[in-house]
Amino acid sequence: MVTPQTRQAFETAQPLTDNAVAVRGVSKNYGDVEALKNLTLEFPRGQLTSLLGPSGCGKTTLLKIIAGLLEPTAGEIEVNGKAITGPGPDRAFVFQDFALLPWASVMRNVAFGLELRGVAKSERESVAGKYIADVGLAGFENSFPHELSGGMRQRVGLARALSVDAQVLLMDEPFSAVDEQTRRKFQEDLLNLVQNENKTFIFVTHSIEEAVYVSDQIAILLPRPSRVSEIIRPSGFRDKGVDNIRRDPEYLDIVDEIWASLRNYVE
Amino acid sequence: MSNRSTYLKLLSAVIVFGAWEIAGRIPVSYAFPTFLESMSALARMTFDGTLFAAYGETLKPLVIGVAISAILGIVLGLWIGLSSVFDWMFSPIFIVMQAAPLAALIPILVMAYGIGLTSKVFVVCIMAMPVIVLNTSSAVRNTPESIKEMGRSFLASDRAVILKIILPSASPIIFSGLRLGVSAGFIGAILSELKITPTGVGDIITFSRSIADYPSMYAAIFSIILLAVVFLNLLEKLENTLFEGNNRGYASD
Repeated sequence: MVTPQTRQAFETAQPLTDNAVAVRGVSKNYGDVEALKNLTLEFPRGQLTSLLGPSGCGKTTLLKIIAGLLEPTAGEIEVNGKAITGPGPDRAFVFQDFALLPWASVMRNVAFGLELRGVAKSERESVAGKYIADVGLAGFENSFPHELSGGMRQRVGLARALSVDAQVLLMDEPFSAVDEQTRRKFQEDLLNLVQNENKTFIFVTHSIEEAVYVSDQIAILLPRPSRVSEIIRPSGFRDKGVDNIRRDPEYLDIVDEIWASLRNYVE
Repeated sequence: MSNRSTYLKLLSAVIVFGAWEIAGRIPVSYAFPTFLESMSALARMTFDGTLFAAYGETLKPLVIGVAISAILGIVLGLWIGLSSVFDWMFSPIFIVMQAAPLAALIPILVMAYGIGLTSKVFVVCIMAMPVIVLNTSSAVRNTPESIKEMGRSFLASDRAVILKIILPSASPIIFSGLRLGVSAGFIGAILSELKITPTGVGDIITFSRSIADYPSMYAAIFSIILLAVVFLNLLEKLENTLFEGNNRGYASD
């Protein structure tokens, strides 16, 4: 039984005019292996788009190409209408393994992006201090990463990405290395973040529930070679409050449908 | 915690020196003085200035050699770690250097560079440099990919990646290489004074042995070990000041 709302969610995937990021005909080969093949995808401004798919489907490769960390073999990436050639100030990355500097305090880690841009110490520390407080780590400015829990470390990674004030936030399975309860809290916080910050989020995940819970748009990638098989835009439950999403019939239907289309690709 | 570790250090010193004293009193050998005899010889040499004059000589090749080894070693190690061409060109030299029986090579060094300071500095460098170079290069090569990627994604220049990411990340292993290299440099300095020309502390050791003044000989050996320990502790302090977050306590804590 598919509700009308669910059908609408699958059908209203019409092109939006204002895209923060556009991926056009991107292919990526590693030697003879085709990781991505002629992939085209658009990321609407101010929204959260998830890249969802089984492992080995090239989601992280695509994200790193968008970040400018990998060269595509063919095709191009446009950010705000301009083709990119490498990393840029318009994009910030949140890493799966946090990628914190173990020898540096929380303050220096969060301010590191600004430090690399040559921002003066007092200025970057005041910006970093604000975001450290925003992610709930006030009082830990002088702690070192090894003194923090996994969840707190990822908050540091998030604060670092926020403090450079990029319009596009690229998140590579950011919650996969934290425990289930922390992950749920992160997902709720992420929804608030999408609502309050006027940023575009590109979010890689392998969790179907997580993707449906946080996304405005879900791109399902299928592997070997990777392509976009489906774009889903959940729309009905976003305004019902974070506590009600997981009970919403549309949420449950979308989760089921995605699983139905992915299950054949999981070994 | 720091109190406990101070007590433990004192305790281990008492045990070692106690065992030395007992072994000297038995005696295990005619040529093995007691701890107290050696300490009184050490005090005598300190107060009559012999020791300072000796260290004036010994420290020259030691300090020059260790400084060259540390600076050149870290720079070369960095290059070797960053570039496969440098690795191909230089790594074998240091591997050979590390494995070479140094005492057997000293005559060649003396033929080439004479019996002066140059040869002694060479001996110190041959002892100290390989481990510094090899540790640095392997630490640089093993910098975690994700923090290098992080640097690039936050727009770090190549220079910033090396100075702010690769070197600090390699620092614990670079410092352990420095500690090993500096200790080897101390051995090299004394070895060169025993094998090339007897000067400084090496002269005290050789001369005292030749006149069977064993307390003085052991006092000289003790003093060089003491100096090495003090220097290694300073090195550790330097590391903790430069890279505070690297100090993560002990695995069992």
